[in-house]
Order: sequence, then structure tokens, then C-alpha cells
Amino acid sequence: MGAAEKKGAARVQKDSEDLSRQRLQAIVLADSFTTRFRPLTLERPKVLLPLVNIPMIDYTLAWLESAGIEEIFVFCCAHSMQLIDYLKKSQWCSLVRTIVSHKSTSVGDALRYIYEQQHTETSQIQGDFVLVSGDTVSNMPLAELIQQHRDRKKRDEKAIMTMVIKKQSRLGIGSDQLFVAVDPVTKQLLYYNEGDNNGEVCLDKSLLDTGVLVCNDMLDCYIDICSSEVLSLFEDNFDYQHLRRHFVNGLLVDDIMGYKIFTHEIQSSFYAARVENLRSYDMVSKDIIQRWTYPYVPDINFSGNHPLKLGRRGIYRVSDAVQSRSADIGASTVIGYGTKIGNGSKICKSVIGNGCSIGSNVVIQGSYIWNNVTIEYGCEIRNAIVCDGVKIRAGAVLQPGVVLSFNVVVGQDFVVPAYSKVSLLQQPTKEDSDEESEYADISNGTTHLLSGVNNLQMESKTSELDPDGAGYIWKVCDSVHDAEWKHSIVPIPMEKLADMAQAMDGDGIEDGSVVPPSGELKSDTDSINTDANDPNDDDYGYFEREVRETFLRAIEEDNNVDHITPLINSLRFSYDMASADCAGAIFYSMMRLAMDTQHNSTSELYRNATSIITKCKGVLGFYVKQIDEQIEVIMKFEEMCQESAALSPLFVQIVHFLYDKDVVQEDAILRWGEEKAGADESDKVYLNQCEAFIQWLKEASEEEDS
Amino acid sequence: MPDVQSTVVEFVNKLRKRKIEGSQATAKCTVELLRSVISYQRVPHANQAAALIDAVKAVGQQLVAANPVELAVGNVVRRVLHIIREEDLSLTTAAMAGLDLLDASDDDDVDNCKGIGYPAMSAAVVAAAARSTLRPPSLQTLLEGTPESATVPYTSSSGADSESKTADKSSLTRKLKHDVIEGVNQLIHEIAGCHEQIAEQAIEHIHQNEVILTLGSSRTVLEFLCAAKEKKRSFRVFVAEGAPRYQGHLLAKELVARGLQTTVITDSAVFAMISRVNMVIIGAHAVMANGGVIGPVGVNMAALAAKKHAVPFVVLAGSHKLCPLYPHNPEVLLNELRSPSELLDFGEFSDCLDSGAGSGSLQVVNPTFDYVPPNLVSLFITDTGGHNPSYMYRLIADYYSADDLVM
Repeated sequence: MGAAEKKGAARVQKDSEDLSRQRLQAIVLADSFTTRFRPLTLERPKVLLPLVNIPMIDYTLAWLESAGIEEIFVFCCAHSMQLIDYLKKSQWCSLVRTIVSHKSTSVGDALRYIYEQQHTETSQIQGDFVLVSGDTVSNMPLAELIQQHRDRKKRDEKAIMTMVIKKQSRLGIGSDQLFVAVDPVTKQLLYYNEGDNNGEVCLDKSLLDTGVLVCNDMLDCYIDICSSEVLSLFEDNFDYQHLRRHFVNGLLVDDIMGYKIFTHEIQSSFYAARVENLRSYDMVSKDIIQRWTYPYVPDINFSGNHPLKLGRRGIYRVSDAVQSRSADIGASTVIGYGTKIGNGSKICKSVIGNGCSIGSNVVIQGSYIWNNVTIEYGCEIRNAIVCDGVKIRAGAVLQPGVVLSFNVVVGQDFVVPAYSKVSLLQQPTKEDSDEESEYADISNGTTHLLSGVNNLQMESKTSELDPDGAGYIWKVCDSVHDAEWKHSIVPIPMEKLADMAQAMDGDGIEDGSVVPPSGELKSDTDSINTDANDPNDDDYGYFEREVRETFLRAIEEDNNVDHITPLINSLRFSYDMASADCAGAIFYSMMRLAMDTQHNSTSELYRNATSIITKCKGVLGFYVKQIDEQIEVIMKFEEMCQESAALSPLFVQIVHFLYDKDVVQEDAILRWGEEKAGADESDKVYLNQCEAFIQWLKEASEEEDS
Repeated sequence: MPDVQSTVVEFVNKLRKRKIEGSQATAKCTVELLRSVISYQRVPHANQAAALIDAVKAVGQQLVAANPVELAVGNVVRRVLHIIREEDLSLTTAAMAGLDLLDASDDDDVDNCKGIGYPAMSAAVVAAAARSTLRPPSLQTLLEGTPESATVPYTSSSGADSESKTADKSSLTRKLKHDVIEGVNQLIHEIAGCHEQIAEQAIEHIHQNEVILTLGSSRTVLEFLCAAKEKKRSFRVFVAEGAPRYQGHLLAKELVARGLQTTVITDSAVFAMISRVNMVIIGAHAVMANGGVIGPVGVNMAALAAKKHAVPFVVLAGSHKLCPLYPHNPEVLLNELRSPSELLDFGEFSDCLDSGAGSGSLQVVNPTFDYVPPNLVSLFITDTGGHNPSYMYRLIADYYSADDLVM
């Protein structure tokens, strides 16, 4: 009996130990939810594409495993069967659990799905986890970083995420330029902007008080240490799609919950990068060949692959390679198993997969040839990607930037034009939904642009390669063509490079100084205010409409109205609006609601209005903390009264009511009065209406003063 | 057994990912792993030694393939194989002696037993045993196969007699396994104690007021120098820092903590300092059969400098570092190139690595090891004493069986 008790006690103790020492878990997103790798990703999931002859996900899993992660959840979406089969056969099967959802079209959906699954499955995310995508190549240690994150979390409940960034001086890895602002002491992330910002950074004035470090030479590795709150935040905010664009920026803008994100800069001795597009595919492959990713290099067997032997000048090949003596293998080349190379062929800076057969007098330069490819004599291949099973007949030429998808056949002496993508599958004439969701959120403008492109594509006809060839050349859309040189594996042409450098220099002048004098830095509020008053500006119109819809939805569902604040906040961010605009828009929505509600007389309308204001005071109050914002509300109201006759008689009454309810302070009303005093007579209608009220306010304040 | 399999896989993974560093740690892990492989291995009645050898070889091949650069793994596997062979040999000899005895006693009460097949059997056993044990393994025995013939008579014997025989034999099996594990334990002990063994000899080599140069960091060198210090020898140590990993810095820190007069110099200053040095002492990564040394990068330069100034170049190596292979052997992977980030900061140099249009691209080579040819080495100090480079082949013949050189 005693022994049994002891045993029980021991088990309890062990359990509590287990709890205190959480298992290290990771979520690997095995779908990038983009179309950058098309047409290759139509036939195979992106994470199974070989990177220096080893599927990308193996790099990620090997790294996570050796960094001490005990359980890895792989989220599969497109081609999930292929991926699951692969993982089952691989050596990771004991470590990896797969989560499949075909409906997810974004990171947000994926995380929401994982969150939902938690309650049904026994396996779940407990506590902190590492969130990476399945195309990450890294050798950084994680244990210490996770510990740091946990310690910080203990000190500060709100520190829910640690983001890994890396310094790099390389131009244009293909992704958009990234601007981040961090607190130099605490490393808290204060600002994050990825994308076209024309070298302009808008920081909130308040950030400049403490000192802030603005960097534009950082690479976001998309390696995040997250606390469990992150998942529930995604669940709460159903419109978060993109991890950075929506989630990170959403948190940064949201001051209610006050969640904080911290950054961690990788020490220079470790490597981390992500294969986002063909350009970074090329870069990362070169880094692997140059051994920056050690020990994840081709001559070390880290994933059950055949290790190759590293010879002089960075040439990796098997010791018994079948290669003609007259073949010239140049520096930094990888040649896989069972590949035959014919006489007089020249290969340099390339990766050749397993089981390829390369004829004589072939030139291959800076290209990636995958497995079982046949290349006949006299072909010329420069800076191309050639997938599994492709046949290139004698004398064919692949111009720079060509991508040949699986099993394509290129006819004799055919010249595949530069930057073209060839696949056995026809180009989808209509973009998939995930493409839409990926881009739709950037801004309205882009959506229009994209739909324009769609039309173009539908009209363009696909062309066959040659009588004896097989495959369709995908039409390159003109509008994207500009970016094509940026994303393909071809080294950036000199003139483009010069342009970019120039652009960067231009940026440098503006961003070079860490904290420019505040006068030079445009603060958010100022810049937006001027824009918002511009009647031509559509953005504000859209924004106002969206806010109104959100507001009405909330009222209809009779939710606690305070809940719409985060929604409006995210809208505010995506339209880049100041809080005064929010206040204006919300007030506008409230008044419209009051007017739309059934009413027979002005007094009834007044009652409606007052009841709504009372109900939504909290939401409005959140945005009208400052005098400027309160004035904006009054001006908005004035505008509305001008438009609607029903409302105009109530102007004074409602302003008075707002004053009573502390939404508008007397200073704001007085300032408004002063501003309006100098306006035209026609504009003064409402000021005159308020005359008595303002007079009363003035007297009241004088009384108080005396 | 599944337990062992999982530990093997785990260790192989560690080796693959270069998670274990240093020959001694690797050797220790390997030998401990092999011990558990042996103790969990089910031994058939017949031919126990061969079964053990096969099991050890199978695991050993996996381990060697996992990290071919770490030669200590292969060395230890071969040592264990050698132990099995030796124990088997001594047991069979003992058994033969026992049989002779048994024969004599059987002759006394030959009437009690049926004893018809017995003398014939014992003759066969003796013949087979003699063939398999007394002669060193010749090409003929190899071609004939393993001495399985020795067991044939056992199966042919019958009745109560055979029962007693099997009992006897199973004890024999247990005895072999027991002896092998005993031998492996001794090897573990030897590997664990090699530092002390080598350090004991320090006093004979380091004299008062000498100046010693070392490069990089080696635990053996640290113990060696400290042992001399403990014996009240006062001397000075120059430590070449061992770029790019700068392990010399750590060694210098340790040495100072133990009260030695220590000076850190750059690797490139070795030639300038060598004229003031009385002896160069380095730790080896591996010692090859020809007496050549694989050591931390930069060692060859130090050896050449020492040769030029006629300074003794002493290499410390535990016996697990003795490799029975020659450096020209194709399966010996002499070097490993590590990440260039030990040399350069990726952030700052990433733009020159990209071979953009026209501009050349930067290559970075970061080898881990250096090879010192035997003629530059003055003396090896191993746990069995000091040896000349030309004597290495002899030591190797003591430690390894010729059969195991190719695994």
C-alpha cells in the first residue's frame, strides 16, 4: 500500500515536472500561400522542391530537430497527400505530426484551423511554440532564444512574440524592402513595413521620445517564437490573413490589448533565410554550396540523403561519378548520383540532380537541373530551372530566367525565350482563390490591377513549343514583367542594379540618420490629416464605408459594441488612417444609423441619436482622446447637417449632448468656434446656432477660473 | 534490443549533425554504445564470436558512415572487434586444454558412458580448434569460411551426453560474452584514463625554465602542462590562438587559472616566436598508420617552423586516436570544411558572395584540420609511453586485427 502511494506521488511529481518543462513544439507551415513558384507548385508542393538536391522541408526539419524541438506539426494544404507520403517515409516520421486542411488560403486560416483542431485532438500546442514556414534554411540554435522568450513572458504578460531578424547587405533578395523600427534597449518592435514605401517611413511622433532604431538592412527570417495567445488572437480576428501584414501590424497598431512583439537579431555566426521566390532559391542554394548553412550541406548526410564528396573549388560529387574526361566542371557545382556527363560539356555554378544524362558539348551555367533530366548534345542552358523528367533535345537553347516544369520536352534547336515559364499544364486563366486572398488585401488599387491582368491572360493564347516538344509557354503578364527580373534566378542585370543602388542611396539620405530631427519626420497624424480633407481622395471614402458597415454589423448582431474597436483598428491600419479619421467615420456611422432608424419627428430623431451615442460612447471615446479628434467629430457633424435637412435643427442639441456625455470637451467646442469665426457667412450657419451654447461655455469656464 | 537500436540511431544522428565534438568524447560514446550492443546481442549456440563480430560491424559501419571525418569512431569499433577476436581465441585455446583434460578423465571411466562417438568427436573438435586457433587467420581459413566445422560433432552426439554438453556450451557462450564485455570495459577505462596516463609522463619531457608552444586547444595538452606544473616545474607557455575558432583563447584562460605563465600569440606569429621556444606540444585529432598527424588547422605550419629551427615537435595522442589506415587511403576523409561564418560576417559580406553580372564572387574555405607528415614529428606520447613516428605501425599491429582494417 505504502509503496503504491509512493509510486503515485512520484508520478504526480513527474507530471508537475513535465508541466513546468514544456515540450518544445513547432508549427511548420508547409504551404507558402503564394504563387511565386508556379508553374512548379501546380504539380508538387513547394516544400518538396529540391534545394541542392534535398527537399526544402528536410532542411527545416533537420534544423528544428537538432535545435531540440520535440514535436513538429506540419500544416499541409496544397498537394497534402504527396507531402504526407514523403514525411511518412522519411526519418522524421516519429517527430512529425501532420495537420491537413484544404480550405486554408492563408497563414491566418491555417493558424485558425490549428486552433480549432486543438479542442478535438489530443495532440495540441501547449504553451510556446516556434512558427516557421517549411522553406526555412537555418542553423541557428533555438533553445536559448525560446528561454529568453519565456523569461520575457514571465516578466511581461504582453510579450507574446519574438521575431528573428538578420542583418544582410545583399541587394534585392527578391522580397520587398523591409523597414523595421526597434527600441534599441528592449528590442521591442515598434514599426514594421514591408513593401513599396518609396523610401518613406512614417513613424508615430510618440516613438521619437525615447529613441528608436530604424533599420532597412534587415531580413525578416519568418522564424517566430510565439506564445499560445497568438493562436487565439488569430481566432479572434478573423480578418487576419497574412502573418506580417495583418497580424504584426495589427498588434503594433492595437493599443487596447497592448501586446508586444520583440525582435532577436541573429548572431553573425548563424545563418537563416527563407526561400520565398526563385531569386532567393538561387541565393540560398549558393549559400548552401558555400557552406554557410553548415552542418546542413551536401556532403553531410543530415536527412537520409546520399552524402556527396566535396572536392576542390567547391565541387560536390560522388566518388564514382560517370563523367567524361574532357568535361569541364567549374567551381561551386553539385552533381548528383548516377548522373552521366558527356564529352566537352562545360558546367559551372550549377546544381545537377540525380540520374541525369547530359550529352556532349552542353553548356550549363548558373542553372538548377533536378532529377532524371535528359539533355542532348549541344544544348545551352543559362540561369534556368529544369524540373524532374524534362527532356531537352539537341541544340536547344534556354535563355536566362527560363523555368521548365515537370516532364516538359523542348524540341530540337528550339530557343526558349528569356524569363518564360513552360509547363505541361495550361496556365490557369483564372487565378485561384488563394492568389486573390494573397493580394486582395494589399490595397484596393492592386486588386483592380490584378483583375486587369486576368483579362489579359484570358485573351492570350498558349503556344506549343515545337513539333516534337511538349508544353505550354505561360504568358508573362506585362504588368508583372517589370518585377520578373527581380524574382527570377538570373543575376540582376547591371543597369537594374545601378538603378536600385541609386534608389537605395536616395533612401540612405533620408533613413541614414538613426533618429532624424522630429521636424523632418512626418508624423502619422499630420500627413493623413491633410490627405483626409482632400475631397478627391477615394481612400477615405472607402474607409468610411467600411467602418460604417462594420459598425452596422456590430449593432445588428447586438454584440457588445466595444468589440468592434479592434476591427476598426485593423481597418484603420489597412487604410493608413489617423485616429481622428476613425472618430469622424464612427460618428458619421452613428448619425446615419440614427437617421435610418424609423422616426416621425425631429424629437424622435433626437432620441434615436442620443440613445445610439450613449450606447457607443465607449467606441467613440476611444478615438476622441485628443482635442483635434474631437474637433474632427464636430466638423464631421457639421458636414452631415449641411447634407441632411432633418439633422440640421438638432445640431446644437446633439453637440450639447456630446458635451454632457464627455465625448467632446469644452475646449474642443471653443476651438471649433474660433476656427469657424473667420469663415464665410454661409459656413457660419451652425456656428450661429451654437452662439448661445458657446457663450454659456465661455462664461462657465470664466466662472471656474475666477 | 529495440532499445539498443534506438540508441544507435540517436547516436548516428548526433554524429551526422556534428553534435559531438572531440575525439575522446566520441570514442567514449562509441565504445559505450558498442558495449550495450554486445550485451543485448543474442548469441547463437554456434559460432558466438562471429555473431558478435557481425553485430558490432553492422553498427560500426553505420557510425563510420555518419561522420567519416571523426576517425576515432572507426578506431574504437576496430578495437572492439579485436577484443572479440582475442577473447574468442583465448577461450578456444582454454577449451582445447579443457577437452584434453576431459579426455583423460573420460578414459578412466569409459565403461560408465556409452562413449562410442565420444573419442571420435573430441578428435574432430581438437582438430578444428587447432586449425582455427593455433594458426593466425590465413587466406585458406578465410576462404573456407568460419570454423563452423568445429560445432558439427556436437550436434551429432546424442543422449544424456549431449545435454551436459549444451549446458557446458551455454556457459561457454556466457563466458565469451562476459569476457568481451570485460575487455570493452577495460577499453572504456583506458579511454577515460588516457589523459592521466599521458600527463604522468610530463615530468620527463618538460624541464625547468623551458618555453613551450602549443596551438589550439586540447584537453590532453592542458592536463600534460598542468601535470608538469604540479611537479613544481616552472616554465612558460605560448599559446597560438588557433584561428578561426580561437580555441587557444580558452586554453590560455584555463592555463592561467591553474597558475601557468601564459602568453597568447596569433597563429601568424608562430614562426617569429619559434626561435625562443624549446618544444612544441600539440594534441592530435588522429594519428595515421604512417605516423602522420591530423591536427587542428595551422599545425603543419607550426611543425615546419619547428623543423626549421630544430625545435622538438611533440604530439600527444591517446591510443584511441591511433588509426590503422594510411592517409592516402581513399576512405579516409582527411578534412572537413566548416561554415565560412567562422571567418566572415554573413551580414557584411553577403553582397560579394552573390556573383552578380560581371563581378566575381567570393569563395571562403574554412578547413578544420591540417595534416603533418611523419618526418616533421619528433615524438609521439601515448598512454603507453613515448614512440617514434616510425614505430606507429607496430603499435597498430598490437591494437588492431588485420581483418578489421577494411570494415
